[in-house]
Amino acid sequence: MVGYTEALTDPSYNGQILTLTYPLVGNYGVPDPSELDSDGISKFFESDMIQIRGLVVHELSQTASHWNLKMTLDEWMFNEKVPGISGVDTREITKKLRSGGVMMAALVVSDSEIDVDKVKKELESATHYDSEQFMDTVSTKEEKVYGNENNSVVVIDTGAKNAILRNIRELGYKAILVPWNTSYEKVMSYNPKGVVLSSGPGDPQKCPDTIDTVKKLIENNIPTLGICLGAQIIGIAGNTETYKLKYGHRGQNKPCVNLENNQVYVTSQNHGYGIKPESLEKSDFKLWFTNADDKTVEGIKHKKQNCVAVQFHPEAAPGPFDCKFIFEELKQLMEKN
Amino acid sequence: MPKNESLKKILVLGSGAIKIGEAGEFDYSGSQCLKAIHEDGLKSVLINPNVATIQTDTRFADQVYLLPVTPEYVESIIEKESPDGIMLAYGGQTALNCGVNLDDSGILQKYGVKVLGTQIPGIKNTEDRQLFKDSMKEAGVPVLKSKTVTNFDDAKKAAEELTYPVIIRVAYTLGGRGGGVAHNEIELHEIVERGFKASIVGQVLIEEYIGHWKQIEYEIMQDYDGNNIVVCNMENVLAMKVHTGDNIVVAPSQTIDNHEYHMLRSAGLRATKHVGIVGECNIQYALAPDSDRFAAIEINPRLSRSSALASKATGYPLAYMSAKIGLGYNLSELENRITKNTTACFEPSLDYIVCKHPRWDFPKFELVNRKLGPTMKSVGEVMAIGRTFEESFQKAIRMLDIGNDGLVLNRNSGKTYNEEQIEEKLSHPDDRILYDVAVALKLGFSVEKIYKLSSVDPWFIEKIKNIVNLESKIKSSELDESFLWDVKKSGFSDKQIARAKDTNSDEIRDLRKKLGVTPSVKQIDTLAAEWPAVTNYLYLTYGGHSNDISVPSDEKGVIVVGAGPYRIGSSVEFDWGTVNMVWGLQENGEKNVSVVNCNPETVSTDYDICTRLYFEELTQERILDITEFENPKGIVTCVGGQTANNLTPGLAEHGINIIGTSAHDVDRAEDRSKFSAELDKLHIQQPKWQAFSNLNEARTFAQEVGFPVIVRPSYVLSGAAMKVVWSQEELKTYVKEATDVSPDHPVVISKFMLNSLEVDVDGVSNGKQVVIGAIVEHIDSAGVHSGDAMMCIPPWRLSNKTIETINEYSKKIALTFNVKGPFNLQFLVHDDHVYVIELNIRASRSMPFVSKLVKTNLISLASKAVLGKTLPDIPENKWKKIHNYGIKVPQFSFMALDGADIALGVEMQSTGEAACFGDSFYDALSKGLTSVGYNLPATGTALVTVGGAQNKEKLLPTIAKLKQSGFKILATEHTAEFFEEKIGDIEIVHKISEPDRKPNIADLLYERKIDFIINIPSTSTLEKYVGMLDDEYQIRRKSLELGIPVLTTIELADSFVKTLEWLKTNKTTKDPIQPYDEIN
Repeated sequence: MVGYTEALTDPSYNGQILTLTYPLVGNYGVPDPSELDSDGISKFFESDMIQIRGLVVHELSQTASHWNLKMTLDEWMFNEKVPGISGVDTREITKKLRSGGVMMAALVVSDSEIDVDKVKKELESATHYDSEQFMDTVSTKEEKVYGNENNSVVVIDTGAKNAILRNIRELGYKAILVPWNTSYEKVMSYNPKGVVLSSGPGDPQKCPDTIDTVKKLIENNIPTLGICLGAQIIGIAGNTETYKLKYGHRGQNKPCVNLENNQVYVTSQNHGYGIKPESLEKSDFKLWFTNADDKTVEGIKHKKQNCVAVQFHPEAAPGPFDCKFIFEELKQLMEKN
Repeated sequence: MPKNESLKKILVLGSGAIKIGEAGEFDYSGSQCLKAIHEDGLKSVLINPNVATIQTDTRFADQVYLLPVTPEYVESIIEKESPDGIMLAYGGQTALNCGVNLDDSGILQKYGVKVLGTQIPGIKNTEDRQLFKDSMKEAGVPVLKSKTVTNFDDAKKAAEELTYPVIIRVAYTLGGRGGGVAHNEIELHEIVERGFKASIVGQVLIEEYIGHWKQIEYEIMQDYDGNNIVVCNMENVLAMKVHTGDNIVVAPSQTIDNHEYHMLRSAGLRATKHVGIVGECNIQYALAPDSDRFAAIEINPRLSRSSALASKATGYPLAYMSAKIGLGYNLSELENRITKNTTACFEPSLDYIVCKHPRWDFPKFELVNRKLGPTMKSVGEVMAIGRTFEESFQKAIRMLDIGNDGLVLNRNSGKTYNEEQIEEKLSHPDDRILYDVAVALKLGFSVEKIYKLSSVDPWFIEKIKNIVNLESKIKSSELDESFLWDVKKSGFSDKQIARAKDTNSDEIRDLRKKLGVTPSVKQIDTLAAEWPAVTNYLYLTYGGHSNDISVPSDEKGVIVVGAGPYRIGSSVEFDWGTVNMVWGLQENGEKNVSVVNCNPETVSTDYDICTRLYFEELTQERILDITEFENPKGIVTCVGGQTANNLTPGLAEHGINIIGTSAHDVDRAEDRSKFSAELDKLHIQQPKWQAFSNLNEARTFAQEVGFPVIVRPSYVLSGAAMKVVWSQEELKTYVKEATDVSPDHPVVISKFMLNSLEVDVDGVSNGKQVVIGAIVEHIDSAGVHSGDAMMCIPPWRLSNKTIETINEYSKKIALTFNVKGPFNLQFLVHDDHVYVIELNIRASRSMPFVSKLVKTNLISLASKAVLGKTLPDIPENKWKKIHNYGIKVPQFSFMALDGADIALGVEMQSTGEAACFGDSFYDALSKGLTSVGYNLPATGTALVTVGGAQNKEKLLPTIAKLKQSGFKILATEHTAEFFEEKIGDIEIVHKISEPDRKPNIADLLYERKIDFIINIPSTSTLEKYVGMLDDEYQIRRKSLELGIPVLTTIELADSFVKTLEWLKTNKTTKDPIQPYDEIN
C-alpha cells in the first residue's frame, strides 16, 4: 500500500514494468522532488528519476491527500514521461508472474483494435531484460561526495538508493559515491574506512569490473558491506554461485532469520537473483541470514575477513526499519580496524 | 523457544455476557485459544457464563464452567482443577481485570498458576495510565500531554493547564467506558465523577484533545524471545473524534505514506518490546494531519475487537497464534495457516481494502444520545472486502441489514437539511455521518469545507463524492457494459441501480449477466497472490476479471447462511447455531459445506470451520452470485436468525433449493394472517389481533380490544419497531415507525394481555417427528420482551396440565407447518389458558441454553432434520428429568448509552445474556445475577420507589422479606407511606427533582449509601400512564452511571430479594457442564 515513490525511483527497478499488488495506488500523492536534505540528498526519493519503464495498477487515485504532497502520481509520471495503465486485474497478473516468472511485457494503447499477435512479435525481437546492461544507466558517471567528515565510506554505485547514503550519513561518516566500475586502487585512493556495494538491477555477472574490485577489497580486508545486488557481487567474488530465482523476492514483508541469535526480522526485499545455498560450503563465506519461508540465502559473512553482505534492504525506503542495525555492523567492522 | 513442556492443564477465562464494548469477538478469540491448547494435547478448563457461545460447547475445552468471571469464582475453580497456567488475554477486559485482581491478591502465586502470555507487570504497564506514559517515554515513543488525577480539583487544574477541550479517559475500562470530551468545567465535573466510579482504581486521565488527528492502529505479535511483527494496520475514517469501536475503519491504512507507516510501525515494535507483550496486542496512535507528529494513545495487551477484525481482514489467525506463543512457541516455529508452507513470522500483504462498519441500535432506546464520541455505543459490526473503497464501503452498508442498499439511492432518502443544519451535523457526527457527507456534497459543499467540519480525510470524502456523482450519472446515462462495470466496481447494488432506473433488480441482474458484468471470486491468501495458497477464504468483487478458484462440477455442496452483524436481538447465539449446523451437516455426510457471513466477530467466519468461506453480504443479489458460482444442492437459511430467514422467499423464487422448511411454509408462519388461519383450524387460541394498512382501521381495532395494544410489523426479529401502545396519540407515532421498518409486509396490532406468563418452546422437527427441546418459562411477566426476560428451565409456575397443552400444541403446530429443522414457539399463559404468540421456523435465541442444559444439541438434530433424516429417539420428557435448574439472565449495556432508559418493555434492549445451572432455582439464579454484574450484598440498604397502587400491593411480600433479612429500606414519599403502614420502619428520602429536600436520593447515590434499587416504573400499569416520568428516569440513569443495580420489574425484584435470602444460608455449586449426549 505504501512506498510507491520509493519503489518507482529505486534503480533496482530500472528497465522494468512494475505491477503493484495493492489495488489502490496514489492516495497520498507524491512529495516535492526538488526538496533536498542538508547533505544535498533528495529527501523523499531514492534517485533523481522514475526508474521503471511502466506502471500497472488496479486503481489510480485521481486525487491525492497528504500534507507533504506536491502533485498526484499521475502528474508525476506524466511529467517524467513514464507510461502506466490502471483498471486491470493486477491479482491475475501477479498470479501469471508467480507461475511464469518475470517476463517481457508491453503496454499498448490504441483507439483501434489492438493486434496482439503483432505486439507479441515486436516483444520477441526486443532486447531481453536479462541481457540488458543497466550499469551505464543507473550508475553515477562521476564521484559524488556527501558530508565533510574525515572518516568516509565509499559506495560503489551499481544502482544505489539514496537511503543507503542517508544511512551512512547517520552513522557519522562522509559518503562517497563512485561509478560501478571504479577500480580497487581508485576506491582506496579515497582512504575509506569501509566500502558499501549497493543494490541495483539485473544479473550480478553483468558487473565483472565490480567483482574484480571486491576481490581485492576482501583480499586486503577492507570492511565491506554488500546489499542486494552488492551481496551477489560479493558472493561471486568470494567463490559462491548465483542463480536467477523463479520469481524474485519483492515486497516489504519478508521474514529473515539471523542464524547467530535466531531472531527473526521483517525485511524489505527486491531481488531477482540469489546466492546458491549449496555453493556456500566451498566458498569463503558462511551463512548469516536465511529466509524463513523458502530458506534461501539472505545474508553471508566472510569466514575470515571483514566482509558481510545481506540480500535484503537494511536501508528500507520502502519498507521496515527492523534491520538498520546492519549498518551498525559495518560501523563495528570499520571501528575494529 | 519451543513449547513449554511443564504445562499440562490450562485455565482460560471468558468474557461473560455480551455487552457494548465486549461482544462476540471473544467467542472467536477464546475458541481459537482453546483450539490451540487442544492441538498441543493439553487439557483446558474454561470459565465463561455466556451459554450461547461455541467455546462453552465441550468441543474445544475439556471442562466448561458456566460461572461468573469474578475473582471469587475463579479462585474456587483454580482450587478444584489445579491448572498450571492461565490465559487472560482471550476474554476481553473482564478476564484481564479478573487476572490482575487474582495476581494482586496472591491467589495465582498461592496455587502456583503461571500467567501465560503477557505477564502482569506488562499488563499494568499498558493499563495504568501513568505507567503507560512512563513506559512509552522510556521506549522513545511520544505520548500526548496529559495528567492522571484521582480527585476533581486536580482534574480542574489539569484541564486549565492543557486548555479546553480536554478528553477524559478512565483506567481499566473498555469501550472507552466512562470517558468523554469536556469543553468546560461543568462537563468536566460530570465526566470525571462518572469516571472515578467506573475505574477500578479510581483514577482518570485528563488529556489534550486531538479529535481532528488521524487515528491509526497496529496489531502486533511478539513472542517470549522478543521476535515481533505487525500483522495489520488500520485507519479510522472518522479520525480521533470517534472511538475506534464506533468508527468506520479501513485496513490497511489509506492516507499515510511510507515514512509515516514505518515510523508508527517501528514505534509500535519498540513500545511492545519495552512493556513486555507476549502474544498479541493492539497499539493505537494519533497522527497529526499536517505533519508527522504522532502520539501513542493506548496499548491493549490482549485480544480485542480490533484484533478480531485484523484476523478476519488479513486471514492471519491472531488469537490462535497468540495462544501458541503463550504456550511457549516462538513466531518462526509457527506455520502460516493459510499457505501451510510459509512461516507465521511474516507480515501479511493485502490486495484488497477492508471496511469495517459499526452497527448501532439507537432506535431501540428512548432518549439516547446518538452522537458519536470517545465512548463506544455500537453493538456489533460488519466487515466488507472489495478492491475499491467505494465497493467495500457500500457493501458494508448493505451488510448492516438496516434497510439500506448503499450510501445513496435508498428506499428512504432520509431527512432533508439546510446548509446550517448539515454544518452542525458534520461537526458533531452521529451514526449517519457519512450519509451527511454525501448530503453536504449534494448541497455543493467543497471537499475542503467538509474536511474542516468533520475531520474526515479528504481522500475518503473524494471517494464518497465518486459515489454521489455516479448516482446522478446512473439516472442520466444508458446502462452499457462499460458504464455498468464502473457502477458495480463502485459497489452499487442492483437494487440501487433499479431504483435509479425505476425498474426492478431482476431486470438489472439479467441485463448485467447478458453483458457479462459479473463479480469474480477472489481468495484472501495473506500474501497478495505472490505465492500459491490453498485457501478457502473468499470474497467477491467487481475489481477483477477471473476467479481464483473453481468448484468441481461434481461437487454438490450445501451453503449455510450466517446471521450477519451482532445487534440487539441477534447475537452470538445465532453464530453458535451457524457453526453447529455446519458441523452437524458434516457429521451427517455432507462433504462440502460452505458458509456466507459478514461479521468479523464470529467463529463461523473462521475459515477452518467449513469447506469454503465467503466473507460476503447476506443479500439476495450476493447469495445468488454465490449459488451461481457454487451450484449447490441447496442452501440453509434457518440458523442465521431473521436476516437469513428473510432471504428465504426471494431465494426460493429464484429457484434456489431451500434445505429445511420450505419457503412456502416459512411464509405461512411469518404472515400473521395465514398463521392465524392455520391456528384457527387447529382450534388453538391467539391473543386478539388484526393486520392493518391505515391508521383509522388501527384506531378502531385498538378501541375495540382496549389499550394497551402491541404494534409490530411482521418479518422482524427482536421487536424492531415493536411497541406497547397506551393511547391513540402514541398509536399514530408507532404506526409510522413500524411501516418504515417493514414496508413490504403488513403491520399488525394485537391485544396486550397484562398479568400473564410467557413461555418459549424450542424444538426440532423433520416433518414427521417432533422433538421438544424444553419448555422455558419467563420469570418476568409478559410484556418484557422475551430477549430481555429472565428464563428458567424447568418451568416453576406452570401446572402439569398447562405443560401438557403446550407440548401438544407445539407438536401439532410443527407438523401442520411441515417444519424441517429448528423452530421456536412463544406462548402466553393467562388464567390457565394457553395462547400462541408466534412461531419462528428457525433457530432461536434460547437454543444454546436449552441444548446445554438438556444435553441435547438441538442444532445437531436440526442438521439431520433439514436433510430429511430420521431423528433419534429422545425421551419425550427428557428435559423434565434434568436434575438441574437452568436460568438465563439478560445483560444490559445502558451504561454505554448516554441517556438510555433502563425500564424494560416490549422492544428488546439487552445486548447479551448469561446462563448458569444449579441444584436449585436460587443456586442458578444467584450465579446468573452475579454473571451479569449484579452485586449480591449480604446486608445493606435498598431504595424502593414503586409507581401505582397495584404494583405496591404486589411488591409487599418482597419488601417485607427484605426487611426481615435485615436490610434498611429507603423509599420516596408515596411508596414510603404505603410500606410504612404495612410493615413499618421505612425511611423517607426525596426525589432527585427536589434537590433542596434532604435526605435526597442524588446525594445518597453519590455517597454510595444505597446498595441496590427497586424501581418499578409506573408506565407498566394502566392506571397512571403520564408518559415518561422524569424523576424515575433520573433515578435509573444516575444509579446506572454509578454502577448500582436497579431492578425494574416486580418479578426481578422478588427473585433478587429471595436470592439474597437464600445466600444467607447456602453456598452456590461449582460444577462443570456435561457434554451433549451422543445422538445417532
